[in-house]
Amino acid sequence: MKKIDLTMPEVEVRETRLGSITSFQGSAGELVKCSGHGRIQGKKRTFSQCIDCSISKAACMVTLIQDAAVICHGPVGCASCLHEFAFTYRVNAPLRNVAHPTQRRIFSTNIGEEETVYGGGDKLAETIRDVYKRTQAKAIFVLSTCAAAIIGDDIESVTNELESELGIPIIAIFCEGFRSKVWTSGFDAGYHGIARKLIKPAKTHKQDVINVINFWGSDVFTQWFAAFGVKPNYITPYSTVESLSHSSEAAATIQACPTLGSYLGAALEQEFGVPEIKTPPPYGVLQTDRWFRELGRILGKSEIAEQIIAEKKATYLPQLEKIRARLEGKLAYVTAGAAHGHALLSVLRELGLKAVGAAIFHHDPIYDSNTQKADALAQTVRDYGDIPNYNVCDKQEFELVNMLHHLQPDVLLARHGGMTLWGAKFGIPSLLIGDEHFSMGYEGLIRYGKRLIEVIENDEFVKNLAKHTANPYTNWWLEQEPYTFLKGKK
Amino acid sequence: MAGKMIEQERYTCAIGALQSVVAIPKALPILHSGPGCGMMVRGFFERSTGYAGGSTSPCTNFSESEVVFGGIDKLRKIITNSYKILNSDLQVILTGCTAGIVGDDIDSLANEFREIGRPIVTVETAGFKNNNFVAHGDVVNAIIDQYTNKFIDENPVRSEKRTVNLFASIPYQDQFWKGNLRTYKHLLEQLGFKVHILFGPESAGVTEWQQIPRANFNVLVSPWYGQSIVEHLKNIYGQPFFKFPHIPIGANETEKFLYTLLSFAEENDTPLDYKKAKLFIKHESAAYYEELDNLATFLLEFRYGLPNYVHIIHDAGYVVGLAKFLLHETGIVPKEQFIVDNTPEKFQQDIRTDLKGISTKKNVPLLFEPDAGKVQNIIRDITYDGRGLLIGSGWDKELSKEKHFDFLSASVPSPYRLVLCTGYAGFHGGLRVMEDIFNTVLASYR
Ligand code: SF4
Repeated sequence: MKKIDLTMPEVEVRETRLGSITSFQGSAGELVKCSGHGRIQGKKRTFSQCIDCSISKAACMVTLIQDAAVICHGPVGCASCLHEFAFTYRVNAPLRNVAHPTQRRIFSTNIGEEETVYGGGDKLAETIRDVYKRTQAKAIFVLSTCAAAIIGDDIESVTNELESELGIPIIAIFCEGFRSKVWTSGFDAGYHGIARKLIKPAKTHKQDVINVINFWGSDVFTQWFAAFGVKPNYITPYSTVESLSHSSEAAATIQACPTLGSYLGAALEQEFGVPEIKTPPPYGVLQTDRWFRELGRILGKSEIAEQIIAEKKATYLPQLEKIRARLEGKLAYVTAGAAHGHALLSVLRELGLKAVGAAIFHHDPIYDSNTQKADALAQTVRDYGDIPNYNVCDKQEFELVNMLHHLQPDVLLARHGGMTLWGAKFGIPSLLIGDEHFSMGYEGLIRYGKRLIEVIENDEFVKNLAKHTANPYTNWWLEQEPYTFLKGKK
Repeated sequence: MAGKMIEQERYTCAIGALQSVVAIPKALPILHSGPGCGMMVRGFFERSTGYAGGSTSPCTNFSESEVVFGGIDKLRKIITNSYKILNSDLQVILTGCTAGIVGDDIDSLANEFREIGRPIVTVETAGFKNNNFVAHGDVVNAIIDQYTNKFIDENPVRSEKRTVNLFASIPYQDQFWKGNLRTYKHLLEQLGFKVHILFGPESAGVTEWQQIPRANFNVLVSPWYGQSIVEHLKNIYGQPFFKFPHIPIGANETEKFLYTLLSFAEENDTPLDYKKAKLFIKHESAAYYEELDNLATFLLEFRYGLPNYVHIIHDAGYVVGLAKFLLHETGIVPKEQFIVDNTPEKFQQDIRTDLKGISTKKNVPLLFEPDAGKVQNIIRDITYDGRGLLIGSGWDKELSKEKHFDFLSASVPSPYRLVLCTGYAGFHGGLRVMEDIFNTVLASYR
């Protein structure tokens, strides 16, 4: 089966499509080596804690499209965290020059016992009609759920019928939680829906537009691209149904985070002829050099790239030296999703810290672009050396807690909610930066470095918290090896 | 329990009642569900991890293989290892949609652990069966049947005449639950009762749950949710229950609550010092009105504009409680009111009657409608003269802006407001509501 097949309603989950895993213990270098040699085998855990659902990943990409509506076809529970994206949309709108952010339109078909017996197709159809009437959305996305999938609702047929009835794209996205342990499969599912139903084949090509697949972070690219005479087309937060449909016309695609954009970047290249910049995003000096060069090369403007690199380095490297002097030798532990985790590992080592370990939510041995060139973990290992205690761990808090207890780093760097708490409980200064663009580029290193110094120096709060906080974990567990409950061990 | 589509959810599905377990000191929820259910619940309530909720809760994280072959073996391993990894006094297994459809027999599995003396409880909370308002009752009843009952010999039924079990705010679904429960406990203790509050920091944890049978009677402060609990207790232990059908906010309703409770106690042979109890109520009321006197000048004379009417989008207990309070104790007039908690039919008439009692001069229109998006559209089309106030959840902030309403966030989801242990119940609760409303108003002047 082809990895990218836009004639199919569903995209395969990452485990089968990319061979992704959610458990590994060893060093980063070992993992890179295994990844290069065919499939790696994840082990199973005999204890596990709540993880995450593909739904919310698919949902965040479609909810933030300015003029679309989203229906979660399932019981109310499966849509209950989505209000968070309504908040995100509103709060970050000024960063993207959206002056009047509108209310996000988020619905649940609210299926009950009756539908689990007789099927929920009719109810879905009725809901789509009502939603259209209420919102006049330019497109409606329908997310599937565990319950809808197990009872066998034919969401694809219902959405196709309603699409012809209402005359707007109605897009089924198959992202039910039980299908994949790699919740980022939800991004792929969302993008698959967009690629197969929204993006239109290009009629013209615009040499001055570059697709940027990213989250909802600050707009750093407009300024960076300006020197090259191009502008970003952001996908998908704050895009419109119309702007998305023209994504095929761009000169190239870049990704702020390959974990996020792997599938869409490749789909745009393979199905719509938009070349993808495959080198990992610009985190750390060396990779920022490479990234600007690659951008220059693709745009045929290498001399501009060299000029930017030289100018920026002249400005920022002296500042970087000063920051390094204050951070040199501090021990850091990282917990984050895959690609951004790799990025943080580059950033912190560029800043002079030492990585004592990492808990990274999953590992993709290869991305959809199918090239080793995109491997950000390999890149950070090459650029800054190996990382011990590299644990692939799908937000298993008990392993993280155990690790922190053993390693006692000077600082915990996290991305994704819920994880910094445990640094703080142990009195370890902890930092979560939600904006993925914050530490990008040369200037990003300065920003991040300053923030890090601030966090490490002002540790009174976490020290106090550590004295008083409750810890549900047993002493027995804290003294065990962190991987005790990976199958194959005891 | 389902119904039509819902825009802008104000509650979640049955498994959301795992938060009721989180609210019991040192209790551990164990989820037998898909990988995302816990995250959805955590995301809905926010800042709600407690002792062992959120990313700490063990979960089987159903995958394809459990959907096909069942997840009992996996659950067995996870429970076994939970005992090694996490300290807890009580474990409650909650099932999600996947386990519900697959039909895993979790009760037999739990028996294996009960036989070796583990305090473990199972409850079905498949999302398609119920919402969390209803499931809260199921969780409590399951704990009573499978845990409390085991200690019945040491805790003879109705053996403590002055003791009551109190059921009111649903933990986390009512974001003021901690403050409210603390208030109820304090007020009742001042009247001379001993109170099993059961949830939150004021609860003595599992020992208090063991002693539920000892209570002379039960107190329910709720229009409908939680009623299944007191009815169940009446059936199994013969404990009668006293019901106050909305949240008593401010002096009028708190006095009514406490006086009617005292009469009920008297009918049920509760040995209290009734005279002293009534003096306490008088004293609290006097202190309350001293504040209101101070405020009255402001309410009557503030010339830059105060809200004069209000729409409330909330559960039934708050809609009625707040509406009564605002009309009589602040002068803000309740216009159309909206109950979004999916109130079962059989309770709706009583709630209407309760709200009708607000005043002989007024008829406050009331709509039961869980589809809050629809509610917003209705409000969009209503206009009154004067300055409006909207009390609702974070979803309503944008509507308020659109309509130039003052906005008070007082229900979940609550992305724009942090609530720690603030309560709205009781005398002090009423004063707090006033502070919150009028501070919002004053903050609009800059
Ligand atoms: S895991 Fe399944 S049941 Fe749970 S939230 Fe995700 S789709 Fe819904």
